[in-house]
Amino acid sequence: MAVASKYLPSAKKAHEAHHEEHDPRQHLMHDPKPRGEMNQMVMESMYTTSWKFWVVFGILSILVATCFFYAWGYMIVEGLGVAGVMRPSYWGVFLVNTVFWIGISHAGTFISAILRVFKAEFRRPFTRAAELMTTFGLIQAGASIFMHLGRVWLAYWLFPIPNERLLWPNFHSPLMWDLLAITTYVLGSTMYLFLPLIPDLAMARDRSTGWRKTFFKILSLGFRGTEGEWVHLRHAMNIFAFAIIPVMFSVHTIVSWDFAMAMRPGWSSTVFGPYFVVGALHSGMGAVAIVLYIMRGTMKHMDYFIRAEHFDALGKLMLIVSMAWAYFFFNDYLVQWYGGDKWTDTLLHWHESGPMNWMFFAMLIFNIAVPWLILWNRKWRQTGWLLAFAGLLINVGMYFERYIIIPVSLTINRMPFTWKLYFPRIEVFLTIGTFSLFLLFYMIASRLIPLVPVWEVQEGQMAHTLRKVGKTEVPSISDFE
Amino acid sequence: MSIDLNQVGAKGAIAEEADGKWGMVIDRDICTGCQACVAACAMENNIPFVEEEDAGYGRTMHWIRIERFWEGEFPEVKVNEGFQPMLCQQCGNAPCEPVCPVFATPHSQSEQINLQVYNRCVGTRYCANNCPYQVRSFNWRDYHIDPARSNEVDKQLVFPLHNQFNPDVTVRRRGVMEKCTFCIQRIHRAEDNAKSQGREVEDGEMVPACAQVCPANAITFGRIDDPESLVSQLAQQDRSVKHLEELNTLPRVTYLKEG
Repeated sequence: MAVASKYLPSAKKAHEAHHEEHDPRQHLMHDPKPRGEMNQMVMESMYTTSWKFWVVFGILSILVATCFFYAWGYMIVEGLGVAGVMRPSYWGVFLVNTVFWIGISHAGTFISAILRVFKAEFRRPFTRAAELMTTFGLIQAGASIFMHLGRVWLAYWLFPIPNERLLWPNFHSPLMWDLLAITTYVLGSTMYLFLPLIPDLAMARDRSTGWRKTFFKILSLGFRGTEGEWVHLRHAMNIFAFAIIPVMFSVHTIVSWDFAMAMRPGWSSTVFGPYFVVGALHSGMGAVAIVLYIMRGTMKHMDYFIRAEHFDALGKLMLIVSMAWAYFFFNDYLVQWYGGDKWTDTLLHWHESGPMNWMFFAMLIFNIAVPWLILWNRKWRQTGWLLAFAGLLINVGMYFERYIIIPVSLTINRMPFTWKLYFPRIEVFLTIGTFSLFLLFYMIASRLIPLVPVWEVQEGQMAHTLRKVGKTEVPSISDFE
Repeated sequence: MSIDLNQVGAKGAIAEEADGKWGMVIDRDICTGCQACVAACAMENNIPFVEEEDAGYGRTMHWIRIERFWEGEFPEVKVNEGFQPMLCQQCGNAPCEPVCPVFATPHSQSEQINLQVYNRCVGTRYCANNCPYQVRSFNWRDYHIDPARSNEVDKQLVFPLHNQFNPDVTVRRRGVMEKCTFCIQRIHRAEDNAKSQGREVEDGEMVPACAQVCPANAITFGRIDDPESLVSQLAQQDRSVKHLEELNTLPRVTYLKEG
């Protein structure tokens, strides 16, 4: 009896806490608001701009003007000598940035296409925030590739443009495949960003005046929300959602082939394709976490749309992707090490005990230890800043991973006389420039288009109902298709 | 222009006979490491002299370099393998060729060597990454018109080194890859001479700049498809080695190791 009375209250409390946790109204889908009110909230989040926004905007504009345009122009005029690339590291931070930004861009497609296809409901409020990362990330990736070229003013020679000299690009070159894959991905993902945006643009058009009305009027293509328009839109989105998934996988696989096809120790690895795809998702998920945290903290009404449940779901995804990345890393490393090739062996020793070994171990800690230690706990996953912090460290770790694969690995080749360590020079500024440009694009977009897909949230809320089963209410989802 | 499709190999490069045409033998036993070949090559092929800072950082542009190998830290240094002149091996199955996105580094059918088309190069530097011999050099800056190498005369920059340019060779600008061509301008001159006299190019008639100046006669050049030529006979010795042969690059340069 004594034992029972001792444990009874706490057990009851635990039961209550458990019950509270499952209050369905804390889920966005079960906390509906009238459509007009929600539309108004999204419009206000777009139009409410504090002075802090303009301060950050100004700083970023200055950074873009100096570190991106001026630094790049200076490099074009002076030649690549102002960068740090040399023999044997002919490729440096520019390609690290390219791979990094393409990796970031994968998160958008993953969240809005794969999760849409699999009908993961938590995706609804942030598909657009993720899709925007795809488009803006790819712009940075493209810029980084062109920065890398020795004679960027002749970059159009890379494209298969018919000409009277019958000079054609070399389709045997992995760089050529890369260019075509990235171009396809830019076009596909931009269209896929635009399609779900149309109903929201039409919503914004009906609620704005002045030049904004003209802007939304042009972009919304006269969408009025008729039955036929919705049917066509859904068809198009369905086609794009399925079509963009193989494109996404192929893009980073082909990027990895730039390295895997080359005859270099540490590079020619058959597992590089999936390893790079998973690495891209790893950094992309982390970046989504950062963006969601910033959106929620800085934009009006975003605490209604982005909730603990979304951080929770994203944290789970990050944990799974981190495990997958660890698996591929181990696979790649073990096979290369076990092969026992003389030069690969030298390279692996260089990674672990060379002057850049701090980067190697930081990569392992940030990519594996940090997510595994933070993301197993639901309370921690639901803490926005902690998840964003984990995302930031994962992105640093993934940047290190690309840095180790490109300039650090290039240091070791089959001619020991040429071994030399690479240090970035103007690349530092240009990297700051691309990051600033990315953030600047994002800030401009947050003022011009609804960052939350309102119609998708409303659609989800209409589909979610609570049904009584006995005495408990059970959430249920009606399927649209 | 027609390309014989039977000659296009799996990687799109022009596949050639395994024995090649022009080739070189370098005797490491008698190489003194004097670097005369490096200087002669630079003068023959208009290779810019890279200043100290850039050269120390790994941006020398020599098409041939003398590699030194040693053991231990200075001053207790022990030379263990002597000198190794390293230049483009003119691979029959060149890794640099298929990776160029704009066909700037094709294979020549008549000379059976790798060419670099400076006009076409956009500077992706993929070829240099994929070269296992690391013998491609990139124009990181416009070294030829660097004010550091000029004199100011009447408020105008004068470049004295421009007076010794070889008119047969293009001067390259920034952002372009370049590499050893086996002095292709000399090959053409020898072939033209021979043709005008109605004969074949004789063995020893065509000598590249590096072989011409080598005081120890460590570099020999000639036709490796002719079994009677000096290079072919030298290459048949027991101490002949081809570098990184295991990569199936089919190099055209044979090294004679210290005997």
